[in-house]
Amino acid sequence: MTNLLEINNLSVDFPSRRGQVAAVNKVSIEVAKGEVLGLVGESGAGKSTVGNSIINLLEPPGYISGGEIIFNGNRIDQLSNEEMRKIRGAKIGTIFQDPQTSLNPLMTIGKQLSETLIETLKISGSSAREKSIELLDSVGIPNPEPRLDAYPHQFSGGMRQRVVIALALAGDPDLIIADEPTTALDVSIQKQILDLIKSLCKQRNLGVIIVTHDIGVIAEIADRVAVMYNGQLVEQGKVEQVLQKPKHDYTKSLISAVPSGDQKLHRFTVVDYIDGSEEKVTLENVSEHWLSKNKSSETHGTAVSVKNLSIEFAIRQALFRKNRISLKAVDDVSIEIQTGESFGLVGESGSGKSTLARLIAGLYTPKSGDITIFGHNVLQKTQKTKTSLIRRKMQMIFQDPYSSLNSRMTVEDIISEPIRFHGSTENSSETLKVVRDLISFVGMPSTSLKKYPHEFSGGQRQRISIARALASRPEILICDEPTSALDVSVQANILNLLKDLQEELSLTMLFISHDLPVIRQMCDRVAVMQNGKICEIAETDKLFDHPEHDYSKHLLGLMPRMDLFRL
Amino acid sequence: MFYFILNRLAQAILVMAVVSAISFSLFNFVGDPVNNMVGQDATREQRIEIRQQLGLDDPILVQYQRFMVNVAQGDFGLSYRIKQPVSQLILEKLPATLELVFASAVIAVFIGIVLGVFTGIRRHSWVSKLIMSVSLIGVSLPTFIIGIGLIYLFAVYLRWLPSSGRAGVIELGGWKTSLLTVDGWRSIILPAVTLSLFQLTMILRLVRAEMLEVMRSDYIKFARARGLANRAIHFGHALRNTLVPVITIIGLNIGGLIAYSVITETVFQWPGTGLMFIQAVDFVDVPIMAAYLIFVALLFVVINLIVDILYFVVDPRIRRGGS
Repeated sequence: MTNLLEINNLSVDFPSRRGQVAAVNKVSIEVAKGEVLGLVGESGAGKSTVGNSIINLLEPPGYISGGEIIFNGNRIDQLSNEEMRKIRGAKIGTIFQDPQTSLNPLMTIGKQLSETLIETLKISGSSAREKSIELLDSVGIPNPEPRLDAYPHQFSGGMRQRVVIALALAGDPDLIIADEPTTALDVSIQKQILDLIKSLCKQRNLGVIIVTHDIGVIAEIADRVAVMYNGQLVEQGKVEQVLQKPKHDYTKSLISAVPSGDQKLHRFTVVDYIDGSEEKVTLENVSEHWLSKNKSSETHGTAVSVKNLSIEFAIRQALFRKNRISLKAVDDVSIEIQTGESFGLVGESGSGKSTLARLIAGLYTPKSGDITIFGHNVLQKTQKTKTSLIRRKMQMIFQDPYSSLNSRMTVEDIISEPIRFHGSTENSSETLKVVRDLISFVGMPSTSLKKYPHEFSGGQRQRISIARALASRPEILICDEPTSALDVSVQANILNLLKDLQEELSLTMLFISHDLPVIRQMCDRVAVMQNGKICEIAETDKLFDHPEHDYSKHLLGLMPRMDLFRL
Repeated sequence: MFYFILNRLAQAILVMAVVSAISFSLFNFVGDPVNNMVGQDATREQRIEIRQQLGLDDPILVQYQRFMVNVAQGDFGLSYRIKQPVSQLILEKLPATLELVFASAVIAVFIGIVLGVFTGIRRHSWVSKLIMSVSLIGVSLPTFIIGIGLIYLFAVYLRWLPSSGRAGVIELGGWKTSLLTVDGWRSIILPAVTLSLFQLTMILRLVRAEMLEVMRSDYIKFARARGLANRAIHFGHALRNTLVPVITIIGLNIGGLIAYSVITETVFQWPGTGLMFIQAVDFVDVPIMAAYLIFVALLFVVINLIVDILYFVVDPRIRRGGS
């Protein structure tokens, strides 16, 4: 089997004010026809940079500083822009992460397809249209002809990614580079898209490079896998070998950090290979600390009770009522969360799980139904002061650590703001002391207090968010996908931190995630949501071992195949 | 779509009513028109008689009501100074202003977009840097200084173009145009360039900023990864995505052109509605001032309506829900 693509000792440098940063350091990989190579690593490992340097679309000021890229027997890393443009699309197709943003929103997909076909295959407009229909059909878009005149926003996320794949295939390439092709998609759609890529690879005898941070994806689709860490290739080999008998320490810890859906462990395995990823969290005397004062006396009983809650969003405004269309985001939902419990909420995107959390947090006003927190109905309008006192006991941690912190405030200001707002300390020196304690609780040095959010990584920012949430002395913590924007190693740390804090402070936690293994590790009880309704509420172990509802069974069936890479 | 336009029309009517009421009530404070109508030696009785004829002693609401009833019938009254119907005066001056505004809008939009795209794509070339520096002049210099400077350079020093006035006017079915003769073109160049300069730089800078934003987006990267030619990427994909905010600004700016035309028309003695308005202010000619302000408000409202409809044409995402 001759190699379609061969990369020898590739190095990519990014010049910066502080000198050269080597994003990729002497990486050598090869891909054969009909083979799927998985390129796996955490953020910043340089895996996307490898993909981008193959098609010579490095973000400036990055440049290839060494090595060679040989495609079909020819060196391509030294071609001019114009020569390279003829290879892109026609010989090497690319699929990007987010189908929301990789299509031009103002152009029909038919136009985008035929434009690409005319450019790469040099065919006429009318045959381009026929070929477009053929392509859409081959990527599994039903009834493709009328869909040609549709705009990208008229497709769902999964369908849009199919359109992106059709576009990548348009020039009839020999190699496909898929950069995180399923990261922005739901698990059920992820499986369909991966199956599609795999079957296209076999049918058309394509070489495929899948760039991903997700070992589950690799286990699902790849033939061979290359593991990258810090710009270097640490290990390469057959997927079974690498996942079952990893040679390098980094690979071992990376694989063990993936949360398991099979059994409940006390703590998440932490990737200890990564420098400084594990900052020891010591929670001493929390019970006597400021954080534990001012607690309400209830240690058992119902913390949050939601009865027949519904909310609708208007999708289409119209003059006449009959023309209006609204979506029931949360539809007649009732749940009860006990004090000190971790309650999980799981479902695919659009299932209404985040909306339900926002309703409980008071960010939306429901159309009907009741929300009772510590026995107080927070929706009744007569006791507003009582309600705001109760609401203070509840805090939220959001999904995106990049946009949930005010970038113009120092960490100290961010954390002390709720303390000063509620006036919960005696004086400013006590405030400072509490802020210092909080930042060390979440495992960060007190030197970070004077810095601004952009100076921190995603995981560190999420720690700051947690410290900010704790500053209101909450008794209920609502975590909306707190780790889905983070790498596995960082995820393990954050989840362990949340677990520790919950135990020490006996917090009640509402934990929202689409990631079933995470839910299994974090939660005592779980509710499965679909289309705004609750399908099933059960003890976590019972749900995972003996799901009752069909949808729960379906969701569990989509969990990545852990059997392949359990050590 | 229909519901949307209906909604906008209702808003437009409300805006017009408010604008006309405010502008009309303001005129009670700008001075006494009678002083300008009669000579120094007029007696007190003559003044009172004129005031009564004009109905200036009636309460303001009565005056406004009378004014609106007449306006609804297309009657803006007689100019105090020239003693001619205001609507006729405006219609006479309107072609000059509209042609000036049209010419400068074309200059501003065309050159602004072309230079904006250029500087957005080649932002590191020295030509772009030069354009960006020069464009600061357009933003920072007041219109009348630019006008006087251009007159000095092209009319006084080089003697290429006339310094003022509107030449070569031909009547075409009731519309007096100067765009059909060489003399007309020569006389419109300077005022049109002067008037367009500020808007041109605004559009240039906006298009450039939007271009830079769009060129960073994923779909541009994906278009490159599909091997599309640069021309298709820049004009087929990028430019159109910059248009929604640009259309908003262009719409507002065309209104601004009419407002700024007051200064330009004065500098170049261009016989348009702006010049007429300035002269009317000097003489406290309330009917002309009121009519002019209502006319400008109407233009703004109409332009905004057109802009809103253009959004529908440009951006399919706004079209959802419409038939």
